[in-house]
Amino acid sequence: MLKIAVIGGRETVMGFKALGLETCPAANAQEASQALRRLTRESSDYAIIYIEENLAVQMTGEIDKFKDSPTPAIILIPGREGSMGLGQSALKAAVERAVGTNILGD
Amino acid sequence: MASTAVTPTRMVLNQLKGRLRTARRGHKLLKDKRDELMRQFMDVVKLNKQLRIRVEEGLTAAFSSLQVASAIMSPEMLEQALLYPRQSVELGLKYKNIMSVNVPQYSFHTKNNDPSEIYPYGFAQTSGELDDALDKLARVFQDMLELAQVEKTMQLLAEEIEKTRRRVNALEYVMIPELEGNIKYISMKLEENENATKVRLLKVKEMVLQDAHHYK
Repeated sequence: MLKIAVIGGRETVMGFKALGLETCPAANAQEASQALRRLTRESSDYAIIYIEENLAVQMTGEIDKFKDSPTPAIILIPGREGSMGLGQSALKAAVERAVGTNILGD
Repeated sequence: MASTAVTPTRMVLNQLKGRLRTARRGHKLLKDKRDELMRQFMDVVKLNKQLRIRVEEGLTAAFSSLQVASAIMSPEMLEQALLYPRQSVELGLKYKNIMSVNVPQYSFHTKNNDPSEIYPYGFAQTSGELDDALDKLARVFQDMLELAQVEKTMQLLAEEIEKTRRRVNALEYVMIPELEGNIKYISMKLEENENATKVRLLKVKEMVLQDAHHYK
């Protein structure tokens, strides 16, 4: 059986813990990328890893590495401060990659 | 246009013609694949956009409830309340094949099926806002799972479309014109040789006739 992990600020991940997800509190991007490396290296048990946007913004390189492999899916979620629009821009990037230009018009 | 490496013989001509046929066929198939992938991709993108908005709104709402809860309760109490989860989530993973791209399909089930069982604490020492926050979080989690699936599908499809598009373009603008050029070059060269032979024969015939009849 596969697991789901959440990497984010201490207060962000707290709620997810109650839902039964694995949580990795990380205070800064360095800790977050360490956590990510640990989760992805140890095993392929983790099928989905949610990462808080304000941490993910500083570790795009590492996140992009998993873009083309079927697992794990790394999904950005907004933090406590609200959405930074990073998830939307990932969508735009995928469209641009596929089509060649941004056809969504925004 | 025609690369100089081809030898103008009939055998090579036949080979090239075969390759051109294959290239044309491949080009047509890949083009169809690209179009179909694109169609699927646009659906996924649309879905992703909606889900993304839903998840972001839901999470923001849940976090603000949590914020209120943490303002009411002491941080130690809050942490203690959430420390040991009653619920655990297990994720099943299957692959679905979309035009030879394997995309993940998640199915998940929680150990506790009763939705009221998500609260891992007693109600006596915690505030109602915490219940509210967890409830919101649990609800948005369904969307988050779907978002993960859709987003991964989108990324994988984007990669495949990029690859297919490159192949289609390489065939259309490089391979096929080059093959056509080579074929033209060879057939012209062969024709030229044929003409040369014909002219030579005529000339020889003339000489032979002249020899036999002493024409002047």
